[in-house]
Amino acid sequence: MRNVFLVCRKELNSYFASPIAYLLMAFFGLMIGFVFYTATRDMVRMSFMAQMQGQMMPQNVNDAIIKPLLGLASTVALFLIPMITMRTFAEEKRTGTIELLMTSPVRDTEIILGKWLGAMLLYLCVLAMSMINLALLFAWGKPDLKPVLVAYLGLILQGGCLLAIGVFISTTTRNQIVAGGVTFFVCLILWLLSWFTAFDSSSTAQVINYLSIVTHFENFSKGVIDTKDVVFYLSMIFFSLFITHRAMESLRWRA
Amino acid sequence: MIKVEGLTKRYARTVAVDNISFEVEKGQIVGFLGPNGAGKTTTMRVLTCYLPPTSGTATVAGFDVLENPMEVKKRIGYLPETPPVYPEMEVDEYLIFVGQLKGISSREIRRRVDDVTERCAIGDVRKKLIGKLSKGYRQRVGLAQAIIHNPDVLILDEPTSGLDPKQIIEIRELLRSLAGEHTIILSTHILSEVEHSCERVIIISQGKLVAIDSVSNLTNRLRGSEAVALEVEPHDGRPNPVEVQQRLEQVSGVSRVLMKDSKNGRINFEVESLQGRSIRADLARSVVQAGWNLSELRAVGLSLEDIFLQLTTAEQKDEAKPKEESKEKVVEGVNQ
Repeated sequence: MRNVFLVCRKELNSYFASPIAYLLMAFFGLMIGFVFYTATRDMVRMSFMAQMQGQMMPQNVNDAIIKPLLGLASTVALFLIPMITMRTFAEEKRTGTIELLMTSPVRDTEIILGKWLGAMLLYLCVLAMSMINLALLFAWGKPDLKPVLVAYLGLILQGGCLLAIGVFISTTTRNQIVAGGVTFFVCLILWLLSWFTAFDSSSTAQVINYLSIVTHFENFSKGVIDTKDVVFYLSMIFFSLFITHRAMESLRWRA
Repeated sequence: MIKVEGLTKRYARTVAVDNISFEVEKGQIVGFLGPNGAGKTTTMRVLTCYLPPTSGTATVAGFDVLENPMEVKKRIGYLPETPPVYPEMEVDEYLIFVGQLKGISSREIRRRVDDVTERCAIGDVRKKLIGKLSKGYRQRVGLAQAIIHNPDVLILDEPTSGLDPKQIIEIRELLRSLAGEHTIILSTHILSEVEHSCERVIIISQGKLVAIDSVSNLTNRLRGSEAVALEVEPHDGRPNPVEVQQRLEQVSGVSRVLMKDSKNGRINFEVESLQGRSIRADLARSVVQAGWNLSELRAVGLSLEDIFLQLTTAEQKDEAKPKEESKEKVVEGVNQ
């Protein structure tokens, strides 16, 4: 456990020692800020107009602002995750520091978990940028807190899942660009799966639909925690980290 | 301390290490010698549990590298060919990270870092980013990393590469101070390195064990035959080199005569004797009796370098090539 923590802290340190962490946080903050601004502006305008015509407020804050905001966060995360995970193993393999880790009295599992947790923590820091905007809403409005928390849980699970896939892809190459590119395409495909099958109800389509990362996030964004989705994400995380472990083992036999 | 038996490591098509066996006792410094691609690094990687052997066994302090890798790793300090450093870390930060990874408690870590930074003479760069350090400093940080947890066994892959002569001497002294309580294996292709710091030498070539012995034994073993450098000064174009060579070859006990390039008119030869024969006096007499001017005659000791070449190029020599040529070629190759 101590070793997991050690590797994780080292990972976080190197993220924050390079511009990558700040870049991702700034980029994410900007995107979310922009959407927050337009969504809030539109909502204020609409309710203003509704009041002028003597009607009730047509929308609540949760539906009009928070839901599209966090929905967008889940899509933007798709693009950020390859940038977080691409260096995890590829960089260590290129510089040879993997030899240090693999010849230290540390289990492979501990290295993998440490790296994944490090990536997770950076991802949480990035996600936290969206809380600035939400804090404003909570300060001046009365949004419902519970669906927000559920949506964040969904974002964390989805992120954990994609990060685990990214970490695995990073073990297969010593080139960061390749690792990042492949991870991006895999994320994109997992995202697009739900598009392919939108109006199809055959059993194959349902299987494909089940594999799509995004369909599982939908429930969370509505404020619903479905065990099915939680199990899906957790099993994906476990499976990805498991094949990462296998990949590391094969690295010893092949390298 | 280290026991390797029938170790073989095969990659997809090539055999990197072929059935090597050796033992290293506690407290010894052993030099691992071989030309590039001989299998030095592979053997070291097997010993450090980085690569599993294809067949055969390797044990460190009684623990098998396959069955008990955790115990082996705890007892080993390893410096790979390129020091495994993170350029974005400060030296102190890095050493603390590695130390904790090797299992040093956080209470003790500061003291250990102070100790190794002093031993490796990197005290003045402790707060610098490793990425900004020169190659020599980086190498020393790598060495500090290897000894931070006071391991029983130190495995160093070319520890002095990239260092300047003064630093090399410092590292040698450091290694000597570490021997005794630590068992050290260091690989190198620089021969003087082994002569200076090692007690025993393991020479491998093309994945096979060629020789394993103490440095002095190895040198003596091949000193049985004597090499003599001889210089003749011609007068009015007499004698010509071929004449001299023919006469020298007739001296009893001479195994071969090698003509070297002649400088300012003098003709140089290198003469090797048969095993156990002393030929210097006979050579001198022979030249003088012919009425030629003998301007120089001296014994040339066979250095470890010659032994190394003799051992590692033995196979090539057997292949129908003329003796002289093959040796000359290799010497040239090494000098370049």
